[in-house]
Amino acid sequence: MNFNKDFNILSSGINYLDNCATTLKPNSVIEALSDYYKNYSANAHRGDYDMSLKVDNKISETRKKVARFINAKDYKEIIFTSGATESLNMIIMGYFLNRLKPGDEILTTKAEHASLLLPWFYVAKKTNAKIKYIDLNSNLEVTLDNVKKAVTKNTKVISLAHVTNVMGDIRPIKEIIKYAHENNILVVVDGAQSVPHDTVDVSNLDVDFLAFSAHKMLGPTGLGVLYGKEKLLKEMQPIITGGGMNAFFDSLMNVEYKDIPDKFEAGTPNVAGIIGFSKAIDYLNELGMENVHKYEVDLKKYLVSKLSKLKNIIIYNKDIPNGIVTFNVDGVFAQDVAAYLNKKGICVRVGSHCAKTLSEVLGVKNTCRASLYFYNTKQDVDKLVEALDNDNILYDSL
Amino acid sequence: MDENLRKSIILEHYSNPINKGLVNDKKYVKINMNSSSCIDNLDFMVKIENGIIKDARFDGEACAISTAASSIMMNLIIGKKIEEVEDIIINYEAMINEESYNDKLLKEACVFDQIYKQANRKKCALLPFEGLKRILSQEKE
Repeated sequence: MNFNKDFNILSSGINYLDNCATTLKPNSVIEALSDYYKNYSANAHRGDYDMSLKVDNKISETRKKVARFINAKDYKEIIFTSGATESLNMIIMGYFLNRLKPGDEILTTKAEHASLLLPWFYVAKKTNAKIKYIDLNSNLEVTLDNVKKAVTKNTKVISLAHVTNVMGDIRPIKEIIKYAHENNILVVVDGAQSVPHDTVDVSNLDVDFLAFSAHKMLGPTGLGVLYGKEKLLKEMQPIITGGGMNAFFDSLMNVEYKDIPDKFEAGTPNVAGIIGFSKAIDYLNELGMENVHKYEVDLKKYLVSKLSKLKNIIIYNKDIPNGIVTFNVDGVFAQDVAAYLNKKGICVRVGSHCAKTLSEVLGVKNTCRASLYFYNTKQDVDKLVEALDNDNILYDSL
Repeated sequence: MDENLRKSIILEHYSNPINKGLVNDKKYVKINMNSSSCIDNLDFMVKIENGIIKDARFDGEACAISTAASSIMMNLIIGKKIEEVEDIIINYEAMINEESYNDKLLKEACVFDQIYKQANRKKCALLPFEGLKRILSQEKE
């Protein structure tokens, strides 16, 4: 399939391989944003006139569409946020900060993104709960056995990414959740790298909380989703209060919040973003998430088979079935590799990828990451491999 | 400057950097420069006596450009008065930002006169001089 007509950047000659960071946006999403701003840019919650009612209806439609996309039981379980980071902060600060007691244990791993670890660090410091890390196996993966070993009678919550953003390893989330629930432990999952790339079914997984971002799945920046089970969301406190989320308040400080999802959406929502996101989900539904996943897995296999032939390349995650390839060029600092590839119009990401504790176990601080999406082609991969098939990368980076 | 010569000077400083490695000496002012937009992470330490840079050193993990720029900076500043060094910094920043500058002051640092063509690497070339500026302003306080 040729996606050039839907994504302008694809025909610009730029080889975009940084899809874990953000994805390109199809014209349908951009046109929906533009249509809102040009033709009916009213605020939400002001259904007194037609244009505003249209906005309310669009938001409500999108909420239902998102619920179907991840198979939530009820659209009220879908909260719009500014992104996965805000979703995680809202869950951790709004649900767990008031519940954890000194000595309670929060179970996570050293391979997590800052957006998950730092709110937990904050809560652990405030409550004197303990952060404990699940041991990673020799492939830096989380196994159910290691989860079982790490769980104690004090474990209250397990929090980790479904798919990590550095190595791209896929966690056995369903098994972990089942085991956690048998032991009265809640599970908070960062879905930022899984929801955009494969089918994620919250009912089947039975996950308690899930966070993800729209911009990593063709949608606009500044928008994310917080999914939580209805019962838990009703118990959760909003960390942001204000207009649109209260049912009543008076000068004596009596305040009554609205029901979910409104309770968590203070202020004017990201109306344009929500409207654009609706089109992003349409686009992905049209493709089918199984197909997106299968295509990425096959394209990665192709990339790995070609890269493996180059003597100067070290690949850290050859066998993980998704679109993420983490590598280094022997003897060349990752930043210099990226600068060299940039000269050839190839966009890859370097660094610790916001997972700074991972270097403690990986043994390498910095890596290059090429992350693929369904619109990348074998030609894109060939260009990358051709560029890396060079003994003078450092010299040519200058 | 010829492109090959420019690249070979940068690579020479990257492979054999001047004064790389820190010393344990309280007379030095020390600073960490941890770039927020890239992965360069360098420490700098400078010993100043009677308004003169007596010694300067650096260490850490960084790309070829910021390592070479640090090494070249060591050569440029050791033995100079603070006012002279401030002048060098102003001229260096002007060069990186494509403004007019005095190349005689910058000597070997002129190898970075083309860095503006790689906009994403300007911050790498500037990093050691940013660190030096912070050290000098700390010294003034």
